[in-house]
Amino acid sequence: MNEVLVSVENLSKKFCKDLKTSLWYGVKDLASGLSGNRNERELRPQEFWAVKDISFELRRGECLGLIGHNGAGKSTLLKILNGLINPDAGKVTIKGRVGALIELGAGFNPILSGRENIYNNGAILGFTRKEIDQKVEEIIDFAEIREFIDMPVQNYSSGMKVRLGFAVAAQMEPDVLIIDEVLAVGDLGFVLKCFKQIDTILPKTAIVFVSHSMPMVSRICNQIILMDRGESVFQGEEVGKAIDQYYNRFASNERNILFDDGRISLESISIKDADYTEKNFPKLNWGNDLNLIFKFSIKKNLDFIPFFKIILVDKEQRPVALFEENNIDSNLKIEKNTLEFTVSHKNFQLSKGVYSLDILVAEGPIRAPILRMNGILNFQMLHEKEVWPSFLLASNFSSNDYIMIDIIKYNFNKK
Amino acid sequence: MKLETKIYQKENNFHIGKMLKESLADIAKSRFLSFQLAKRDIQAQYRQSYLGIIWAFVTPLATAFVWIFLNNSGTVRVTDTGIPYPVYAFSGTLLWSIMTEAINSPMSSTNSAKGILSKINFPKEALVISGIYKLLFNSSIKIILLLFFIFFFGVGFHWSLLLFPVAILGGILFGTTIGLFITPLGMLYKDIGRMISFGLGFLMYVTPVVYAIPKTGIMKTVMELNPFTPIILTARDLAVGMTPIYGTYFLIVIVCCIPLLFIALLFYRISIPILVERMSA
Repeated sequence: MNEVLVSVENLSKKFCKDLKTSLWYGVKDLASGLSGNRNERELRPQEFWAVKDISFELRRGECLGLIGHNGAGKSTLLKILNGLINPDAGKVTIKGRVGALIELGAGFNPILSGRENIYNNGAILGFTRKEIDQKVEEIIDFAEIREFIDMPVQNYSSGMKVRLGFAVAAQMEPDVLIIDEVLAVGDLGFVLKCFKQIDTILPKTAIVFVSHSMPMVSRICNQIILMDRGESVFQGEEVGKAIDQYYNRFASNERNILFDDGRISLESISIKDADYTEKNFPKLNWGNDLNLIFKFSIKKNLDFIPFFKIILVDKEQRPVALFEENNIDSNLKIEKNTLEFTVSHKNFQLSKGVYSLDILVAEGPIRAPILRMNGILNFQMLHEKEVWPSFLLASNFSSNDYIMIDIIKYNFNKK
Repeated sequence: MKLETKIYQKENNFHIGKMLKESLADIAKSRFLSFQLAKRDIQAQYRQSYLGIIWAFVTPLATAFVWIFLNNSGTVRVTDTGIPYPVYAFSGTLLWSIMTEAINSPMSSTNSAKGILSKINFPKEALVISGIYKLLFNSSIKIILLLFFIFFFGVGFHWSLLLFPVAILGGILFGTTIGLFITPLGMLYKDIGRMISFGLGFLMYVTPVVYAIPKTGIMKTVMELNPFTPIILTARDLAVGMTPIYGTYFLIVIVCCIPLLFIALLFYRISIPILVERMSA
């Protein structure tokens, strides 16, 4: 059961930047293609490597995630794996039936009804008429569009088309499944349904998965390749590490002022006792106390202490936590037009990774904003464990014996 | 269960025999796909139109009427054709339209499938076959109309009429072969498609479509060499019950076309990945 289904050795592919040149190369390739063309492929003028020297192996039950920014060569690699284009160097060996979720609903004709298009799409995916006849009811139910199945597809919403397309594709029983960013269009319910479907076929299949959605990648992949300009810059089984690197490529240290009425401004922020070897990028150990030292300067007309809301944001720009705001007991004071204070949190258990802070300074019972800033501080949490969730909570496991005794005691006392 | 193994690498495994076998196996395997694609296109074409099938023969009919008018009014005097001129002109334009459709069919099928070619791996030969299905469908409608003409103008039934479909098939074979050779280049450069439709416009006048081959002169030589001539003439002769004079030339053309068709299929098969790369690059 555990044979290697996909084996890729030193795969490279080049593309041309200029259309006219590309077409002319196409003519040349047609001519040389006829004679087999065994020559070593060099870069011709205007060409670049879209995929360079990629190697991996994939067994049944494994899922490889391909990540990287737009134009990193992910889709090109998929096209080679799917046999749509030939590589310029290297070799791909694929065993078994290959299914591709690259485009859903291929072959749909907008004029024809959903039911007719199930046959069109199914035929292109390699089903026989008999197979489709057997499965057509199942497909309609899976897509949940029975009511509209005899309506022309051109009147479907894009989500409905994707539903129908996936429902047909889900009937494939591939040994190797190639998934490109196709599931993004459906609504949440449908995306969850798709993943449930993928989960059921995963044990029998080797999957290559391209996505920009890191939660999805971390959820289903056990191997990962981070691509940049056609090359693999990270490869291995540490999915979290690759995702971190992926995010670091987008990390910006820019502070972003969203709202400012000019009455208060942030002078500085730092973390007490953090490792500041890298300037502007403090590192903090998991489980330490967090002490954020703020210094604000008051510009004009601010004779009260505003409220400070500090929001912790993860690398995906998702807010993960909010620090309790200040109250009268906080006892903050403005001295010489500056306001300094420390926000503390004991035993900080954020999981390993890069985070940033946003802040809202507000006044009054409705918390009308005075100043709103994003990315006031980027910092890194250090821990040996790589985990996906934002918090790694300290825990203590113990046998239930002691608790049982407590319960018995409690019951005994009640009597 | 033994799993099928696919290997993709830069070298094409260029064994003609093996590739041809694969190509033919793909054609056999994708029978349903080619049928379904043809059905889809035909259905869609007629669902969005009231006149529907009429469009299939309105162009040859119009060309024929122009020539019938030119001839009857004495503007242009064509040599005696041996059969009523309307039958001659209409059978000519109709056969010609089948030929041009056959030449354009592989390219238009491939072009309209551009979107899925760069996304999904399916037997590409199915596109060619579905094009042929569509051709057969359109041709059969045209043939019915031609039969009407033949009986209406009193040419009547001849046993050779039964061979007429064979001649049509020969014409489709000839056209498809040419079309397949043109397709790869035509997919790269739009010029090719324009050149073809432009060139065919001229070619019609050196083929006995609306007038017979003159008795003497340079035109006679050109028309007799033209490989379209035996196909049009043989088909027409069979339909109206005359002895096909160019029967031998017709057979030569068809026999030459069979190996050429296989070569064209291979060429098509090899060129598709190269085209997909350039289309999606």
